[in-house]
Amino acid sequence: MRKFKFHPCGNFKETYEKDLTIFETDFGRLWAIIGLLILFGIIPFICDTYTLYIINTIGIYAIAAIGLNILTGYTGQISLGHAAFFGVGAYSAAILATRLNLPVFISLPAAGLITALTGMIFGIPSLRLKHLYLCIATLASQFIIEYILVHWEKVTGGAEGIIVMNTSLFGLDLNNDLSFYFIVFASLVIIIIITVNLTRTRFIRAFIAIRDNDQAAEGMGIPVFRYKLLSFGLSSFYAGFAGALFAFYTMSITPEPFNMWLSIEFMAMIIIGGLGSIPGSVFGAIFIVLLNESLSFITEYLMNISSSGGISFTIAPLREFVFGLTIVLFIIFEPKGLAEIWRIIRSNFRLWPFSY
Amino acid sequence: MEFFLQLLVNGISLGFLYALSALGFVMIFKSSSVLNFAHGELLAFGAFLFLVLSTWAQLPIIPAFFCTLAGCFFLGFVVERLFLRPLIGEDLIQVVMLTVGMAAMFKGLLLFIFGGDIHQYPDFLPDWLSISMGIITIPAVYVAIFIIGILFLLLFGIFFKYSSLGIYMRSVADNQPAALSLGVHVQRVFALSWAIAALVAAMSGIVLGVINGINVHELSSIGLKVFPVVILGGLDSIGGAILGGLIIGLLETFTGGYISTSFREIIPYIVLVFILMVKPYGLFGLVEIERV
Repeated sequence: MRKFKFHPCGNFKETYEKDLTIFETDFGRLWAIIGLLILFGIIPFICDTYTLYIINTIGIYAIAAIGLNILTGYTGQISLGHAAFFGVGAYSAAILATRLNLPVFISLPAAGLITALTGMIFGIPSLRLKHLYLCIATLASQFIIEYILVHWEKVTGGAEGIIVMNTSLFGLDLNNDLSFYFIVFASLVIIIIITVNLTRTRFIRAFIAIRDNDQAAEGMGIPVFRYKLLSFGLSSFYAGFAGALFAFYTMSITPEPFNMWLSIEFMAMIIIGGLGSIPGSVFGAIFIVLLNESLSFITEYLMNISSSGGISFTIAPLREFVFGLTIVLFIIFEPKGLAEIWRIIRSNFRLWPFSY
Repeated sequence: MEFFLQLLVNGISLGFLYALSALGFVMIFKSSSVLNFAHGELLAFGAFLFLVLSTWAQLPIIPAFFCTLAGCFFLGFVVERLFLRPLIGEDLIQVVMLTVGMAAMFKGLLLFIFGGDIHQYPDFLPDWLSISMGIITIPAVYVAIFIIGILFLLLFGIFFKYSSLGIYMRSVADNQPAALSLGVHVQRVFALSWAIAALVAAMSGIVLGVINGINVHELSSIGLKVFPVVILGGLDSIGGAILGGLIIGLLETFTGGYISTSFREIIPYIVLVFILMVKPYGLFGLVEIERV
């Protein structure tokens, strides 16, 4: 029988293979299996519909956030147009499913591919631009795509949007919270596995090289523009896939949700979660969705109090205030995000009781 | 012809508004290379401070105006000290997201206090400022904008070109380590540039408020309109901001007049993408030569 691997008391890696392993210890493997069992065996059966709805939203946003993290965290290209790509995915899935009557298992990845293509078109400015110029260019792409979604009425249905009804994937009804849970989290797990493995390939290593110093990357023979486009395409694919899931889940889509505010929320997810970290993207999605839900719960509660007490001022804007404050505090006090906090907690456990 | 002339006048006035709003933005960028997404909220803050002082506190217009400027000057200091100072030397993305977060905070706060309605200033501009030429009349506000715009352009031009503080600011923008090694107090320069930018923003906010009424959503969306303007003119050029504002303003009104009113909202951004592709540093921006 193979010897179990535990944490060594130092860094004794001798080969690159050891440095690249996903699970350093057998404990990691064990926890991953336990986590999957809890995710698929326990959570869906103990949660009520509302909780499941929140968890499903987290799953959708987590996929999109991982996509944005590839572009921003790994490749270093700031994008303020991620919500627009999310919207493109939602619309293409809805159009493919309703107009062309394609089955879901085709229209989901197809929506991702269409979005990837769109993302690559809007990534072309990255040929000449970087840093804040690119950031402004993606902001422009957000507004342009939003405009197209509203005004290209023949295809997108304008402000009224598209209704997607009665969709199912492998016999699972996509409008049912419980069965959608399995679909979204199966996709999330598959996507995480793919992405974690991608980080070990030359593609994401090239992305990281471009992020750290694009001139040096070019000097080492990395075709920078091609890889930047690839990064845009890959990240948009994730966004489109997540958007397609969103479209099938919410059943009716309008251009409304895919506004700049959602782009900012995606950005906040990866900043608060941790740039260049896949668990970080998931943490960020969990954090932002829970923050939104609890803030709207609190404002509703306060509104009820104030309306019964005769004070009729609105508390809804406080939501925006708290949201902004959270971003600011995270950037000032923990710029590496929740992933860093998670790492610190983990190493505290590992080193306990002799932490020096 | 009459329609054309009216559009021309409207476009120029709108352009001056954009230019005026872009001034503060350029100030901050010029000295600290920070892309300020909260600029619209700074405008709104100034406009509402003036509203509070002139209508609620019943101050006469001139003292209220100067108190507003002083208040915003102070606000600029506070913002820089609390939020931007810890981030000196951090990555661009952190700074950008910080200003986005600040924008959300300010907007939430202003909405909480003043609500989403449109407020109005009392009428205070004298009538003799308005000019009428035959069929076209230019209201007093626009003449005031024109005068303020020209005045500020001159003031800032002189400030950056001749005053030692302006030269410090330019040196910090150009090369921070070199400025530090020559004894420029970089942090003070940053603080001051935020303060001045907030002051200019307050000024533009008041003007915008006089014309369109004061509304949080409206004013903060102007903050995003600033981007096409400054990119067109060059991010670090004050003259460019004025010219960029004029071009974008004219483009918007003519698109609105001749093509469609909904397309008007998007045309600045299409132009923006086009300029970024062709001439990324704008008409008058400093070209950084760097190859990848």
